Amino acid sequence: MQREGSALHGFGVVTLKEIADHFSSILVVVLVVLVTATAIVVVSMGITPIKESTAEDPFLFLRLFTRSSPLPLVALLSFLVPLIAIGLGFDSVNGEHNRRTLSRILSQPIYRDALLFGKFAGGLFTLTVTLIVLWLLVIGLGLLGLGVPPNAEEMARALVLLVVTIAYAGFWFALALLFSIVFRSAATAALVSLGIWLFVTILWPLFSPVLANAVTSAGDILGVLDTQQAFARLSPAVLFNEVVAVVLDPSVRSTQQSLLAGMGLALIERGAIPGAPISLLQSVLIVWPQIVGLVAGSILLFVIGYIVFQRQAVRA
Amino acid sequence: MSDNVIEVENLTKRYDGTAVVNGISFSVARGEIFGLLGPNGAGKTTTILMLLGLSDISEGRARVLGRDPAREPLQVKRRVGYLPDQVGFYDNLTAAENLRYTARLMGVERGEREEKIRAALGHVGLTDVTDKRVAIFSRGMRQRLGLAEILMKEAEIAILDEPTSGLDPQATVELLNIIRELKHQGVTVLLSSHLLERVQSVCDRVALFNQGNIALIGTVPELGRQVLGGGFRVEVEAEGQGLAERLAAVPGVQQVEPMGQGRWRLSSDHDVRPEAAAAVVGAAGRLLRLSVEEPSLEAIYTSYFKTHEGERHAA
Repeated sequence: MQREGSALHGFGVVTLKEIADHFSSILVVVLVVLVTATAIVVVSMGITPIKESTAEDPFLFLRLFTRSSPLPLVALLSFLVPLIAIGLGFDSVNGEHNRRTLSRILSQPIYRDALLFGKFAGGLFTLTVTLIVLWLLVIGLGLLGLGVPPNAEEMARALVLLVVTIAYAGFWFALALLFSIVFRSAATAALVSLGIWLFVTILWPLFSPVLANAVTSAGDILGVLDTQQAFARLSPAVLFNEVVAVVLDPSVRSTQQSLLAGMGLALIERGAIPGAPISLLQSVLIVWPQIVGLVAGSILLFVIGYIVFQRQAVRA
Repeated sequence: MSDNVIEVENLTKRYDGTAVVNGISFSVARGEIFGLLGPNGAGKTTTILMLLGLSDISEGRARVLGRDPAREPLQVKRRVGYLPDQVGFYDNLTAAENLRYTARLMGVERGEREEKIRAALGHVGLTDVTDKRVAIFSRGMRQRLGLAEILMKEAEIAILDEPTSGLDPQATVELLNIIRELKHQGVTVLLSSHLLERVQSVCDRVALFNQGNIALIGTVPELGRQVLGGGFRVEVEAEGQGLAERLAAVPGVQQVEPMGQGRWRLSSDHDVRPEAAAAVVGAAGRLLRLSVEEPSLEAIYTSYFKTHEGERHAA
């Protein structure tokens, strides 16, 4: 059955409304301020130790992201960005139900598609703006603190980080949006989202090696490592961390490098000089599957949400 | 084609095999106020959602302004205004901001937007609170804001779901007046309600819903005749000889019930006041009082479902 008219009629209007709502929402403002403040503190505290190695490090600027203290900025991001995304999305659709605005809005000449697409776009835009601001703040702090301008390669890598972080945030926003469609109560949606967030960012990295060891039959270390990684990668936080580790450190040639190093082993590639930097393109190629995985995960979650929303009864 | 703006034939909605709306048919003519009446859960809201294309149609056919709401929902929704049951607005926005958002969704031209919002709010008496947040609005004000939205849309059909439920009498009267005004502007109104007497005063025709079926359909007096037999009750108070027999002989009177000394109640199929007066005067009696009690929807409803409840239990 062919529908008449564009499914996206009204999309822009909904998007703008969502963005306005997000930026005037106290919850979102508090979350953004909290995360930004934490990031600034972490980076400022990390600047002094980085300064001491100014002379020998060609990628000094990237250390801002990976060597801040007491924990690396990227680790902080992988943990806290989902929190903002969940804060933006958990009451997106069920909020309209509970305020009884949904049927009124859908009785306007728009399709449901426009409403859902608009909500997703509005949330993603808000996250993007927030992350760009955060990113610029870190770069600015770096310029002031280190007194060395970043080179083109560093800027390019930092930009890739920004894009990947946005994709990562998009995944969590899509998850929260899905639960806001599935659960009629905003509290349930929030708690389920937060539960999954805690599970995949903290518990899964701890449990997955045990599970992997239980099922693997490979004899050699690399085989076991592969299985462990395959299990761990079910968590988007693990994917994000793998991408970040490779993109922000040109000397990393494999996502297994740090795991092997932890066991006192080194990855020796034929003809390669250990520790020599590789090009950005090579780095991105190594983690391309992870990046695609994050984007695909977001799309999958959104599509499930879309289908559920289309079939859902409008009446409260 | 006749001038019916809504035509429904054999409309059916099933949820998991159970029919919530079971093969109903009715039509609404342009400019009339049509009431869908019945208890909660009788299928009124489901019917409305199908007419708006917000719910799939399991079986049957619906035409709104000559269009199929399932296939051309945007065409339908562009010309039909909807006030949902317990309408909600964004509490953090003002009345004008709420309307501005829907005006954009409707595609109202930027230049006309503010003027239309102002006019619509003025029409429903919300000018004073134009820039107040909806959070402070009472139930009645929210309903009126919902009607303002329909006015702003310049809808040809206004579909109102339980517009008066939960309102105090004063707010109800105001709301019903706005609904009457809509009719004067040529808007067709389809409204649903479980509050019969309130709605009786505004509806041209009604359909009584019961468990997904339309039990009765027609004007209130018609239904009165159909269900109560004699829809009219005329009370006569008079002094004179042999009046009871005289009154019983009046054409149209089905029953004469003595109510006490010199008082009778006549059941009839139409208003027999002139004939009754003539009968009393013709018998040289003194007519003291003559009053008519129109058939109430409440009475029709209760009487109808009482008999049908009985049938169901018997079966």
